[in-house]
Amino acid sequence: MTLDASEENHDAFTAYLQSLPFVRFLGIRCDIRGDEMTSILPYQDMLIGNPTIPALHGGAVGAFLEIAAMAQLFLASGIARPPKPIDLTVDYLRSGAPEDVFARATITKLGRRITNVRAEAWQTRRDKPIAAIHAHFLMPNAPET
Amino acid sequence: MSGSASDDVPDHVKLMKENAPKLMSIAPYAAALGMELIDFDQGVARMRAPYREDLVGDPETGVIHGGVVTALLDNCAGVAVISALQKFKSTATLDLRIDYMRPGERGRDIMGEAECYNVTKSVAFVRAWAYHDSKDRVIATAAGAFALNDPGGWAKMANKAKEALS
Repeated sequence: MTLDASEENHDAFTAYLQSLPFVRFLGIRCDIRGDEMTSILPYQDMLIGNPTIPALHGGAVGAFLEIAAMAQLFLASGIARPPKPIDLTVDYLRSGAPEDVFARATITKLGRRITNVRAEAWQTRRDKPIAAIHAHFLMPNAPET
Repeated sequence: MSGSASDDVPDHVKLMKENAPKLMSIAPYAAALGMELIDFDQGVARMRAPYREDLVGDPETGVIHGGVVTALLDNCAGVAVISALQKFKSTATLDLRIDYMRPGERGRDIMGEAECYNVTKSVAFVRAWAYHDSKDRVIATAAGAFALNDPGGWAKMANKAKEALS
Protein backbone atom coordinates (compact mmCIF):
# COMPACT_ATOMS: atom_id res chain seq x y z
CA MET A 1 0.00 0.00 0.00
CA THR A 2 1.24 3.47 -0.80
CA LEU A 3 -0.11 6.85 0.18
CA ASP A 4 -0.58 9.65 -2.27
CA ALA A 5 0.15 12.95 -0.56
CA SER A 6 -2.04 14.95 -2.97
CA GLU A 7 -4.69 17.11 -1.36
CA GLU A 8 -7.63 14.84 -2.17
CA ASN A 9 -5.79 12.07 -0.33
CA HIS A 10 -5.22 13.92 2.92
CA ASP A 11 -8.18 12.17 4.51
CA ALA A 12 -6.74 8.76 3.60
CA PHE A 13 -3.37 9.87 4.98
CA THR A 14 -4.95 11.01 8.22
CA ALA A 15 -6.98 7.80 8.46
CA TYR A 16 -3.82 5.74 8.04
CA LEU A 17 -2.04 7.63 10.83
CA GLN A 18 -5.04 7.16 13.09
CA SER A 19 -4.94 3.41 12.41
CA LEU A 20 -1.70 3.22 14.43
CA PRO A 21 -2.65 2.44 18.05
CA PHE A 22 0.10 4.48 19.73
CA VAL A 23 -0.75 7.55 17.59
CA ARG A 24 -4.34 7.25 18.85
CA PHE A 25 -3.17 6.69 22.44
CA LEU A 26 -1.34 10.03 22.38
CA GLY A 27 -4.18 11.73 20.47
CA ILE A 28 -1.77 13.05 17.82
CA ARG A 29 -3.26 14.85 14.81
CA CYS A 30 -1.65 16.21 11.66
CA ASP A 31 -2.50 19.35 9.76
CA ILE A 32 -1.32 19.09 6.15
CA ARG A 33 -1.03 22.08 3.80
CA GLY A 34 0.48 21.12 0.47
CA ASP A 35 3.67 19.27 1.29
CA GLU A 36 3.97 20.91 4.71
CA MET A 37 2.68 19.23 7.78
CA THR A 38 2.32 20.33 11.38
CA SER A 39 1.79 17.59 13.91
CA ILE A 40 -0.24 18.40 17.01
CA LEU A 41 -0.06 16.76 20.43
CA PRO A 42 -3.18 18.00 22.22
CA TYR A 43 -2.61 18.49 25.94
CA GLN A 44 -3.90 15.78 28.28
CA ASP A 45 -3.17 15.43 32.01
CA MET A 46 -1.64 12.00 31.44
CA LEU A 47 1.24 13.57 29.46
CA ILE A 48 2.71 15.15 32.60
CA GLY A 49 6.01 13.80 33.85
CA ASN A 50 6.69 16.21 36.71
CA PRO A 51 3.47 17.42 38.36
CA THR A 52 5.22 19.91 40.64
CA ILE A 53 6.61 22.17 37.88
CA PRO A 54 4.32 21.05 36.07
CA ALA A 55 6.12 19.75 32.97
CA LEU A 56 5.34 17.32 30.17
CA HIS A 57 7.12 13.95 30.36
CA GLY A 58 10.27 13.83 28.22
CA GLY A 59 9.17 10.45 26.94
CA ALA A 60 5.87 11.90 25.70
CA VAL A 61 7.56 14.77 23.88
CA GLY A 62 10.20 12.40 22.46
CA ALA A 63 7.55 9.98 21.20
CA PHE A 64 5.59 12.85 19.66
CA LEU A 65 8.68 14.04 17.76
CA GLU A 66 9.37 10.49 16.58
CA ILE A 67 5.82 10.24 15.25
CA ALA A 68 6.03 13.70 13.63
CA ALA A 69 9.23 12.57 11.87
CA MET A 70 7.61 9.31 10.81
CA ALA A 71 4.49 11.07 9.50
CA GLN A 72 6.63 13.42 7.41
CA LEU A 73 8.34 10.35 6.01
CA PHE A 74 4.99 8.81 5.04
CA LEU A 75 4.11 12.04 3.28
CA ALA A 76 7.44 12.31 1.45
CA SER A 77 7.79 8.68 0.44
CA GLY A 78 4.18 7.57 0.07
CA ILE A 79 5.00 4.43 2.02
CA ALA A 80 2.20 3.36 4.33
CA ARG A 81 4.20 1.22 6.70
CA PRO A 82 5.93 2.47 9.82
CA PRO A 83 9.67 2.75 9.15
CA LYS A 84 11.93 1.15 11.76
CA PRO A 85 13.95 3.58 13.85
CA ILE A 86 17.71 2.91 13.70
CA ASP A 87 18.75 5.57 16.16
CA LEU A 88 17.39 8.78 17.48
CA THR A 89 18.64 11.61 19.68
CA VAL A 90 16.30 13.83 21.60
CA ASP A 91 17.56 17.21 22.80
CA TYR A 92 15.47 18.69 25.57
CA LEU A 93 15.65 22.47 25.32
CA ARG A 94 12.94 23.81 27.60
CA SER A 95 10.47 22.19 29.94
CA GLY A 96 7.12 21.54 28.28
CA ALA A 97 4.20 23.49 29.74
CA PRO A 98 0.83 21.77 30.23
CA GLU A 99 -0.39 22.96 26.82
CA ASP A 100 -0.66 21.63 23.26
CA VAL A 101 2.64 20.87 21.50
CA PHE A 102 3.31 21.35 17.78
CA ALA A 103 6.03 19.82 15.62
CA ARG A 104 7.48 20.17 12.16
CA ALA A 105 9.85 17.65 10.62
CA THR A 106 12.38 18.05 7.83
CA ILE A 107 13.74 15.16 5.85
CA THR A 108 17.44 15.86 5.57
CA LYS A 109 18.02 12.90 3.28
CA LEU A 110 15.46 10.54 1.81
CA GLY A 111 17.48 7.46 0.96
CA ARG A 112 16.36 4.25 -0.68
CA ARG A 113 17.23 2.28 2.46
CA ILE A 114 18.01 4.83 5.15
CA THR A 115 16.49 8.22 5.80
CA ASN A 116 17.67 11.06 8.03
CA VAL A 117 15.01 13.21 9.63
CA ARG A 118 15.06 16.18 12.00
CA ALA A 119 12.08 17.51 13.91
CA GLU A 120 11.40 20.33 16.34
CA ALA A 121 8.62 20.77 18.87
CA TRP A 122 7.32 24.06 20.21
CA GLN A 123 4.39 25.44 22.15
CA THR A 124 3.58 29.15 22.14
CA ARG A 125 6.46 30.31 19.96
CA ARG A 126 7.99 28.53 17.02
CA ASP A 127 11.37 30.21 17.72
CA LYS A 128 11.41 28.82 21.26
CA PRO A 129 11.51 25.05 20.67
CA ILE A 130 11.02 22.80 23.70
CA ALA A 131 12.70 19.77 22.13
CA ALA A 132 14.32 18.55 18.92
CA ILE A 133 15.26 15.17 17.49
CA HIS A 134 17.39 13.84 14.73
CA ALA A 135 16.83 10.27 13.71
CA HIS A 136 17.67 7.62 11.16
CA PHE A 137 14.96 5.29 9.90
CA LEU A 138 15.18 2.08 7.89
CA MET A 139 12.72 2.38 5.01
CA PRO A 140 10.04 -0.34 5.20
CA ASN A 141 10.65 -1.70 1.72
CA ALA A 142 14.43 -1.82 2.08
CA PRO A 143 16.35 -5.07 2.19
CA GLU A 144 17.53 -5.54 5.76
CA THR A 145 20.98 -6.96 5.12
CA MET B 1 35.55 5.43 61.06
CA SER B 2 32.10 6.17 62.22
CA GLY B 3 28.65 5.27 61.05
CA SER B 4 27.22 2.08 59.59
CA ALA B 5 26.71 1.39 55.88
CA SER B 6 23.13 2.65 56.02
CA ASP B 7 24.38 6.04 57.20
CA ASP B 8 26.14 6.40 53.86
CA VAL B 9 22.80 6.28 52.03
CA PRO B 10 21.68 9.88 51.39
CA ASP B 11 18.41 10.93 53.00
CA HIS B 12 16.59 11.45 49.70
CA VAL B 13 17.52 7.91 48.58
CA LYS B 14 16.21 6.52 51.88
CA LEU B 15 12.98 8.46 51.32
CA MET B 16 12.72 7.07 47.78
CA LYS B 17 13.30 3.53 49.06
CA GLU B 18 10.66 3.88 51.74
CA ASN B 19 8.17 5.03 49.11
CA ALA B 20 9.35 2.81 46.24
CA PRO B 21 5.94 1.23 45.49
CA LYS B 22 4.41 4.69 45.02
CA LEU B 23 7.25 6.35 43.10
CA MET B 24 5.89 5.59 39.62
CA SER B 25 2.51 7.12 40.39
CA ILE B 26 4.13 10.55 40.78
CA ALA B 27 4.55 10.90 37.00
CA PRO B 28 1.13 10.61 35.33
CA TYR B 29 2.67 9.64 31.97
CA ALA B 30 4.64 6.75 33.50
CA ALA B 31 1.43 5.62 35.18
CA ALA B 32 -0.53 5.95 31.90
CA LEU B 33 1.97 3.62 30.22
CA GLY B 34 1.65 1.21 33.16
CA MET B 35 5.34 1.44 34.00
CA GLU B 36 6.49 -0.38 37.15
CA LEU B 37 9.62 0.22 39.18
CA ILE B 38 11.30 -3.13 39.79
CA ASP B 39 14.22 -2.01 41.93
CA PHE B 40 16.84 0.67 42.29
CA ASP B 41 19.95 1.43 44.26
CA GLN B 42 22.46 4.25 44.28
CA GLY B 43 23.05 4.96 40.58
CA VAL B 44 21.09 2.07 39.09
CA ALA B 45 17.40 1.44 38.35
CA ARG B 46 15.22 -1.17 36.67
CA MET B 47 11.67 -0.75 35.38
CA ARG B 48 9.12 -2.64 33.34
CA ALA B 49 6.79 -1.40 30.58
CA PRO B 50 3.99 -3.93 30.09
CA TYR B 51 2.96 -5.00 26.59
CA ARG B 52 -0.31 -3.34 25.63
CA GLU B 53 -2.27 -3.36 22.38
CA ASP B 54 -2.90 0.38 22.60
CA LEU B 55 0.85 1.10 22.61
CA VAL B 56 1.55 -0.75 19.36
CA GLY B 57 3.39 1.24 16.69
CA ASP B 58 2.94 -1.13 13.77
CA PRO B 59 -0.34 -3.09 13.73
CA GLU B 60 1.07 -5.58 11.19
CA THR B 61 3.85 -6.76 13.49
CA GLY B 62 2.29 -5.92 16.87
CA VAL B 63 5.57 -4.31 17.94
CA ILE B 64 5.37 -1.65 20.68
CA HIS B 65 6.14 1.87 19.42
CA GLY B 66 9.69 3.14 19.96
CA GLY B 67 8.21 6.08 21.86
CA VAL B 68 7.36 3.74 24.74
CA VAL B 69 11.02 2.66 24.92
CA THR B 70 12.03 6.34 24.96
CA ALA B 71 9.75 7.01 27.94
CA LEU B 72 10.89 3.86 29.76
CA LEU B 73 14.60 4.62 29.38
CA ASP B 74 14.19 8.35 30.13
CA ASN B 75 12.29 7.57 33.33
CA CYS B 76 14.64 4.78 34.36
CA ALA B 77 17.66 7.02 33.72
CA GLY B 78 16.09 9.78 35.81
CA VAL B 79 15.71 7.48 38.83
CA ALA B 80 19.29 6.21 38.37
CA VAL B 81 20.58 9.81 38.36
CA ILE B 82 18.65 11.00 41.42
CA SER B 83 19.64 7.89 43.38
CA ALA B 84 23.31 8.42 42.41
CA LEU B 85 23.42 11.90 43.98
CA GLN B 86 24.91 12.36 47.42
CA LYS B 87 22.67 15.37 47.92
CA PHE B 88 19.28 15.87 46.33
CA LYS B 89 19.18 18.12 43.27
CA SER B 90 16.57 18.73 40.63
CA THR B 91 17.31 16.93 37.35
CA ALA B 92 16.32 17.60 33.76
CA THR B 93 17.12 15.47 30.72
CA LEU B 94 19.52 17.34 28.43
CA ASP B 95 19.61 14.71 25.74
CA LEU B 96 18.94 11.05 25.22
CA ARG B 97 20.28 9.02 22.32
CA ILE B 98 18.64 5.67 21.63
CA ASP B 99 20.06 2.99 19.33
CA TYR B 100 17.63 0.28 18.25
CA MET B 101 19.23 -3.15 17.96
CA ARG B 102 16.13 -5.25 17.29
CA PRO B 103 12.38 -4.78 17.58
CA GLY B 104 10.56 -5.88 20.70
CA GLU B 105 8.44 -9.02 20.38
CA ARG B 106 4.66 -9.02 20.20
CA GLY B 107 3.02 -9.72 23.55
CA ARG B 108 6.12 -9.32 25.72
CA ASP B 109 6.85 -6.74 28.42
CA ILE B 110 9.92 -4.54 27.95
CA MET B 111 12.45 -4.14 30.75
CA GLY B 112 14.47 -0.98 31.20
CA GLU B 113 17.73 -0.69 33.09
CA ALA B 114 19.84 2.40 33.67
CA GLU B 115 23.22 3.12 35.22
CA CYS B 116 24.44 6.57 36.15
CA TYR B 117 28.20 6.19 35.64
CA ASN B 118 29.44 9.70 36.25
CA VAL B 119 28.23 12.69 38.21
CA THR B 120 29.83 16.12 37.93
CA LYS B 121 28.79 19.32 39.66
CA SER B 122 26.17 20.17 37.06
CA VAL B 123 25.75 17.13 34.79
CA ALA B 124 25.13 13.39 35.27
CA PHE B 125 25.83 10.79 32.58
CA VAL B 126 23.76 7.66 32.09
CA ARG B 127 23.77 4.46 30.07
CA ALA B 128 20.57 2.48 29.65
CA TRP B 129 19.29 -0.72 28.10
CA ALA B 130 15.89 -2.08 27.03
CA TYR B 131 15.39 -5.85 26.72
CA HIS B 132 12.97 -8.73 27.29
CA ASP B 133 15.14 -11.22 29.18
CA SER B 134 18.64 -9.89 29.69
CA LYS B 135 21.19 -7.36 28.53
CA ASP B 136 22.74 -10.13 26.42
CA ARG B 137 20.01 -9.54 23.87
CA VAL B 138 19.01 -5.89 23.95
CA ILE B 139 16.16 -4.20 22.11
CA ALA B 140 17.82 -0.81 22.50
CA THR B 141 20.72 0.90 24.19
CA ALA B 142 20.74 4.53 25.24
CA ALA B 143 23.10 7.23 26.46
CA GLY B 144 21.94 10.39 28.12
CA ALA B 145 23.07 13.50 29.93
CA PHE B 146 21.06 15.08 32.73
CA ALA B 147 21.42 18.63 34.03
CA LEU B 148 21.64 18.94 37.82
CA ASN B 149 20.27 22.08 39.40
CA ASP B 150 20.41 23.23 42.97
CA PRO B 151 17.06 22.56 44.53
CA GLY B 152 16.06 26.21 44.90
CA GLY B 153 12.33 25.74 44.66
CA TRP B 154 12.75 22.13 45.59
CA ALA B 155 11.92 22.35 49.25
CA LYS B 156 8.44 23.29 48.07
CA MET B 157 8.44 20.53 45.46
CA ALA B 158 9.69 17.90 47.91
CA ASN B 159 6.85 18.83 50.24
CA LYS B 160 4.36 18.49 47.41
CA ALA B 161 5.86 15.11 46.52
CA LYS B 162 5.55 14.03 50.15
CA GLU B 163 1.91 15.11 50.12
CA ALA B 164 1.32 13.16 46.91
CA LEU B 165 2.90 10.09 48.46
CA SER B 166 1.03 10.24 51.73
